[in-house]
Amino acid sequence: MARTPAELVGANPGPSFEITMDGRPVTALPGQSVAAALWSAGILAWRTTRNTGRPRGAFCGIGQCYDCLAIVNGEPNHRACLVPARPGDVITTQEGHGHADLGV
Amino acid sequence: MPISASDPYDLAVIGAGSAGLAGAVTAAGLGLSVALLDASPQTGGQFYRHPARAIGAARPEALHHDWSAFAQLRRRLEQSDVSLLRGHHVWAVTKEEGALWAVHAVTGADGTAERSVRVRARAVLLATGAYERQLPFPGWTLPGVVGAGGAQAMLKSGLVLPGKRVVVAGSGPLLLAVASSLATAGAQVPAVIEASGYLGYARHPRALAANPRKWVEAAVHGAALLRHRVRVRLRSAVTEVHGTDRVEAVTVSRLDLDWRPVQGSGRRIECDALAVGHGLVPQIELATALGCATRPLPDGTSAVALDGLQETSVRGLWAAGETGGVGGAQLARSEGELAGLAAAARLYGRPVREERVRELQRRRDRMRAFADAMALSHAPAAGWTSWLTDGTEVCRCEEVTAGRIREAVTDLGARDARTVKLLTRAGMGWCQGRMCGAAVACLAARGGAVEPPVERRPFAVPVPLSALASLDEPTGVRTDSAPGVGD
Repeated sequence: MARTPAELVGANPGPSFEITMDGRPVTALPGQSVAAALWSAGILAWRTTRNTGRPRGAFCGIGQCYDCLAIVNGEPNHRACLVPARPGDVITTQEGHGHADLGV
Repeated sequence: MPISASDPYDLAVIGAGSAGLAGAVTAAGLGLSVALLDASPQTGGQFYRHPARAIGAARPEALHHDWSAFAQLRRRLEQSDVSLLRGHHVWAVTKEEGALWAVHAVTGADGTAERSVRVRARAVLLATGAYERQLPFPGWTLPGVVGAGGAQAMLKSGLVLPGKRVVVAGSGPLLLAVASSLATAGAQVPAVIEASGYLGYARHPRALAANPRKWVEAAVHGAALLRHRVRVRLRSAVTEVHGTDRVEAVTVSRLDLDWRPVQGSGRRIECDALAVGHGLVPQIELATALGCATRPLPDGTSAVALDGLQETSVRGLWAAGETGGVGGAQLARSEGELAGLAAAARLYGRPVREERVRELQRRRDRMRAFADAMALSHAPAAGWTSWLTDGTEVCRCEEVTAGRIREAVTDLGARDARTVKLLTRAGMGWCQGRMCGAAVACLAARGGAVEPPVERRPFAVPVPLSALASLDEPTGVRTDSAPGVGD
């Protein structure tokens, strides 16, 4: 009986690579979304809400809910469940609307 | 394919799931030039979501039901002249001069490539599918609570699980499929919590008898659940999630026939994730923005109203699959083919292939009858709103609580979701009410008849201003704009 999803589908992925989440290294497989890479590292939250600062991560998993917004390589408001992870990606927690640098 | 980049296509198909693929290959097989647009870098839609080629899955079918049907459609697509435009997030369809349609899209994995594309076509097939209906409950915004379909989508495409011990809850047959795939992929699933009973199906014996494949499907999921010792609890719901930064446990309560929790029936189940969903909602905003008529479904959602040949109330605009009502991949394939045949007949001015059309229509009607029985059996009863405390967040984007919505209804006189939105901002955030719309409409109705949701959104997805600003540029048909991501 398969113990992991990768075993179940007989995955033989290309070489894994590293991305970082708030500076912490996370291993990603080629073709995984940023959200999938974070889930596989046990990270479920990478955003805080605008009003109450509560943690959020991927919810709908298909790009509809926008709960999984993240700052990807300095750019805010990327849907982590849709964006593919690429080697060296720097993911940072998105606080509020993600535009704190603009002072708005 | 059109002869030059500025020539319109005969047919633009929006959505490369079961319905869209079937429609596109059917129309192309009859000689139409077809553009097939999808937001994803891959074909298959949500049902046949699968890992990117780079993951090297030798057995992608292990996470799917009826994979061979998709494999066949994909093969036909590869052998056809259909222009597949991947990574195209369609945000509007508009009418142009000369009886042409313009399909507007932004490109990129999440639509932020800020490239605006306009595809012109003589006819359009909307095959935009559905998303999950959510009913809120205390703690449902805690990390570790994920959509049931969301958990399955992340598993199918990214080979990941939200936790090790995952409770599956909500309503509808999708829960059985989700629980069986999570368990097969190595998660512990302590329980499936279904708010309805399954007895409702017994009221529709004809629909049941006519759809034996659905029984086979149920038996396959049932066997998987038995094998993994997953318990199914009927007439129950998760009424609270416990944990501070992530899910640690859930409380499951028994429900009465009106979906009110039975006092004192709450039982705690330890888990580190909860996958939850209450059926599917047709994605119809492109159609309603064009004024297409809709029809109410037995579970309170709305779908695009269609004639016997899948045409909407707007001439030249067809729809197939979940866009016209949630009914599964097999139904979507029949409808897609039917729409493809009908569009080809219209554009060539020839009669449709009658025998095949009649066969497809028979299949469609049979499966629609089952879908209606299913929707009715799992439709939320009005008492579910008693799960909510005043502090429960209903609108996830704008963090609007049930208390504020109730205040808008009882003190300020709101009677529908739109007024609640104006008073509280519920449904005004990024997702435009997709996650909270059903719940807000129920709260506004105060236990009475729920008004059909107003699904009119002028933009089907958020669009960068730069994309709007470049609209006047002659974009024509740009088949070079697909991102280079393989299937």
